[in-house]
Amino acid sequence: MKKINEFRMTVEAKAVNESFCRAVCAAFAAQADPGVEEIGDIKTAVSEAVTNCIVHAYAEKGGKIYISAALLENGVLRVKVRDRGCGIADVKQAMQPLYTTKGDDRSGLGFSVMETFSDKLTVRSKVGKGTTVVIEKRLGSDGNA
Amino acid sequence: MNLQTTVSGRVLTAHLTGEIDHASAPRIREKIDDAVTEYAPTVLRLDFRGVSFMDSSGVGLVMGRYRHAKTLGCETQVANASRRYETILKMAGLTKIVRFVRDGNEVKKA
Repeated sequence: MKKINEFRMTVEAKAVNESFCRAVCAAFAAQADPGVEEIGDIKTAVSEAVTNCIVHAYAEKGGKIYISAALLENGVLRVKVRDRGCGIADVKQAMQPLYTTKGDDRSGLGFSVMETFSDKLTVRSKVGKGTTVVIEKRLGSDGNA
Repeated sequence: MNLQTTVSGRVLTAHLTGEIDHASAPRIREKIDDAVTEYAPTVLRLDFRGVSFMDSSGVGLVMGRYRHAKTLGCETQVANASRRYETILKMAGLTKIVRFVRDGNEVKKA
């Protein structure tokens, strides 16, 4: 599918950048005339992906997060969130609802939330190399547009 | 995130505002736990009316507050959460431990 528009950016894996990343993706999506719910869905899914990079991939020690997004001809927004962190040994297990490797106040719902609020979610990961999460969301179809 | 708390009888209401994510959650957590320890309420009501964004960090926030409040014999309620926030909170099965209320009334069970 042909891209109509795209952007790329690199940000430091710092918690303070979580709101910045989801706001950038929402602002980029705005050109497709999305509904309020769709904007909320994108912000929520992106926030989960970015938080995973910070908390899991880089274990709060910092690193770079590579974000790109493309608006496709068919009205789909495709956001890629990539890190060069620790990687996930068992992606299937990591995607199980409530599965978490961290205690405290982590709920283990990151991937479940991404799945719920996107149309398609793809996760590729290699231990020691990093993880790429691709979130796809069709815009302009929730009736508010 | 600017957190105000109000006390009415033995009900402590934490008025959450702004964005709840992994970055903001620790400060909110601390403020609520401090208030619960100080006022020793029987009900802790987490009011989501002023929340403009919440991701799954909100689930951990509510679960953790439930656990802390429970040790002090205090019940936890989630008030005025939007449909989106309720969807996220309920993914974790929070309905089993936390009561969802709206404007002081319990949300009808689905």
